[in-house]
Amino acid sequence: MAEVVLDRVAKRFGAVVAVADLSLRIGDGELIVLLGPTGAGKTTTLRLVAGLESPDAGTVSIDGREVTADAPAARDVAFVFQQYSLYPHLTVYDNLAFPLRAPSRRVPDAKLDQRVREVARLLRIEDKLGNRATQLSGGQMQRVAIGRALVRRPAIFLMDEPLSSLDAKLRADLRIELKHIQEDLGATILYVTHDQVEAMTLATRIGVINRGHLVQVGTPREIYENPVDSYVATRLGTPGINLVPRSLFPGVAAPAAAVTIGARTEHVRIRRGAGDAAAGTVTWIEHLGDQNHLHVALIEGELLTLGDPDAGLVVGDRVGIEFTQPLFFDENGRRVER
Amino acid sequence: MAQIAVHDLVKRFGDFVAVRDLTLAVNDGEFFCLLGPSGCGKTTTLRMIAGLELPTSGTIRLGADDVTFRRASARDIAFVFQLFALYPHMNVRANIGFPLKCDGLPRAEIQRRVEETARILRITHLLGKPVSGLASGDRQRVALGRAIVRQPKAFLMDEPLGALDAEFRHVMCGELRALHDRLRATTVYVTHDQLEAMSMADKIAVMNDGVVEQLGAPQEIYDRPASLFVADFIGSPPMNFISVRAELRCGDDVISIDGAEVKVPALREDPPGPDLVLGVRPEHVSLRDEAAFRGIVFGVEYLGTTQIVTVTTERGAVKARLPSARTVRAGDQVGLEFRPEKLSLFAATTGRAIRSTLHEAAGGGHG
Repeated sequence: MAEVVLDRVAKRFGAVVAVADLSLRIGDGELIVLLGPTGAGKTTTLRLVAGLESPDAGTVSIDGREVTADAPAARDVAFVFQQYSLYPHLTVYDNLAFPLRAPSRRVPDAKLDQRVREVARLLRIEDKLGNRATQLSGGQMQRVAIGRALVRRPAIFLMDEPLSSLDAKLRADLRIELKHIQEDLGATILYVTHDQVEAMTLATRIGVINRGHLVQVGTPREIYENPVDSYVATRLGTPGINLVPRSLFPGVAAPAAAVTIGARTEHVRIRRGAGDAAAGTVTWIEHLGDQNHLHVALIEGELLTLGDPDAGLVVGDRVGIEFTQPLFFDENGRRVER
Repeated sequence: MAQIAVHDLVKRFGDFVAVRDLTLAVNDGEFFCLLGPSGCGKTTTLRMIAGLELPTSGTIRLGADDVTFRRASARDIAFVFQLFALYPHMNVRANIGFPLKCDGLPRAEIQRRVEETARILRITHLLGKPVSGLASGDRQRVALGRAIVRQPKAFLMDEPLGALDAEFRHVMCGELRALHDRLRATTVYVTHDQLEAMSMADKIAVMNDGVVEQLGAPQEIYDRPASLFVADFIGSPPMNFISVRAELRCGDDVISIDGAEVKVPALREDPPGPDLVLGVRPEHVSLRDEAAFRGIVFGVEYLGTTQIVTVTTERGAVKARLPSARTVRAGDQVGLEFRPEKLSLFAATTGRAIRSTLHEAAGGGHG
C-alpha cells in the first residue's frame, strides 16, 4: 500500500472541463471517497490515477514516484467497476487467480493458492470457489470482483461505484464488510460514488466534487458539521439541510452578509401556536416509524424537521420556529461565520 | 369517489398461486398501499382491481357495484403505470386531454378540465410544450394529469415513482400526498419501497407470497409488526432478530439470553413452543457498560444526525442507531440494553408475533 498524490491535475474533453486544477493527497491506508453527481468529474479523476486517461496538466504520483506518463499496467493499481465483469467461463477460483497468472507477474502456484484462499475467506466466498462465476448471485459476483482486485495487493484500489448495482440490503451489508476489510488490510482506496450514505459510512475522508472542482475535503463529520458552502451542505444528510431566506427570521443573530440560513432537521425547534414572525404551518407529517418528519410551510418556501412520534402535532397547526445551530451563507452560497 | 372491497380473491397462473384468499377494504378517500417484495402478488391484485386480470375466484366491489368480471373500461378507475406512457408526438395539453377526447367530450369541456388538472398539478406553464423534452418529474406529472383529468372513482398506481432516483422520489412522494389531500380520491398504490409506503399511506397492506401479512396504519405496522416478515421488511436498517430458547408462559415479562435477563412486554398468551425470536428496532438499542448482554463493535457508520453501530454478539449481529455525538470504535467491548416496552417477541416456528402488552399500548389495534 502506498500514498497517492494528485497535484494540480486538469483534464478537458473538447470544450468540457472534466477536472480542473485538482490536488488531493490520499494517505497510506486511507479510504477517500469522491462524492458528486453525474458529470462532476469523479470518474475522470479515478481514470487519471489509473492511467486510463492522461491529464492535460498536473502530475500523479504513487508511493513517491511520478507516474503521470506511465502506462496503466506499470502503475500498480487495481480497478473495481460498477459492473462486475467476471469471466463467465471460469470458476470463482480461476477468476480470483487470473490477475496473478498474468505473464508479467508469474506468481508461484503455492503462493497463488494461498492468496486466493485468503481473499475468499475474507470475502466469505470460500465455499463458492468451485462454482462458475455465472452461478453466483449479484452480491457474490461483486465480492469476486472485489476479491480479484484484493488478490493483487496493489499500491491503491480504485473503485467506481462498486456497490451501486446491488439492492439496498446487500449494499448495506457489503458496505460494512468492505470497510472492515479495508481497515484489516490497511488498504489505500480511492472510491467514487454519488451515494452520500456510502460516502459518509465508508470514508476516512470525503472529497466533495462539483463541476470538476474539489470543493471540500474532510472527514464525514467535518463536512457534515462544517460545510464550506451551501452546495456541500446539501450534499450530506438525509433529510437534506433546510435552506431558508434569512429575511424570514429577523430574530436570528446573523452576520451582515448572510442571505440564507442553513438548518439541519435536528437543529430546528418548533413549538405550537406561536404568533411571531418566525412561524409556519404544518402541512404534512410523515410517519417513518423511528421518527416523524414534519413539513412546515413558511411565507416563502418550506422547512423540514424531526418530530417526536408522540408530540401530537397535526396538519394545520401553527408553529413557532427556532434554530439551535444555524449555519449562514452569503449571496454566492459561501459560508459566512457569525 | 368510492370504496373498494375485495373479498376472498384468488388468482392462479397454472400451478402457481399469485394471490390467495385476499380480503381487504379501501375506504372512500383513503390512500392505500400494497407493499411487498417482487412476486408477492401486489401488482396482480392491483391489476384485478383494475380489470386487467380476471380473478380465479372471489369478488371485487367498487362502491355498490360488483365489478369482478366487468371490463376495465367500464370500471371508472384510472391506472398510472411505472413507465411514463406518454404519446411522444403530442404536446402536454393533448396528452392530458386524450382520455376525454376518446370519450367524445365537447372541446370546450376538455379544455376546461385539462386546464383545471394542469393547475392542480402546477404544470400550466408546460401545456404547450412537447412531452419529449420534459424532465422525468414533469413527465410523471403529465402521466398523473392524464389519470386525474378523467375524474375517476379511484386511482390505481403501480410503482409510479420506481424509475426516479432516491432524492427525487421523496420529493414526488410529497407531491403525490399533497395532491391526494386536495383531491381526496380513493387511491391504491403498489410499491416495494417501504419508505414510500410509510411516508404516504393512510393504511398499508404488507403482502408476502400472495397473502396479506398485516394490514394497518404505517406507525402501527412499524411499532407492532404481526410477523417476522413484516418486522424485517419495514424499517431501515431492519429490526434486529435474536433467537432465544426459553420456556415462557402467559404473564411472563423477562427472557433470559445466555444468562442475561432482558425485560420484555408481559405476554398475553402462551407461546406455541420454546423457540422464540426477540425483535428489537435499532433505535431501541443503547450501549451501557453494565448491561449483561454483551458484544464487540464490528463497525460504525456515521450518518450525520445518527450513527449505526453494528455489534457482534453470541447471538449474531445487532445494529444500534445512536446519536452521533457518542464516540464508538470498532473493537470496543460493549453492553447492550433494549427499551423493554418496545420489544416484539415472535414464535420461531410460525413467524407470528406473540401477543403481549405491546399490543395494548397507545394507538391500540390488533397485530
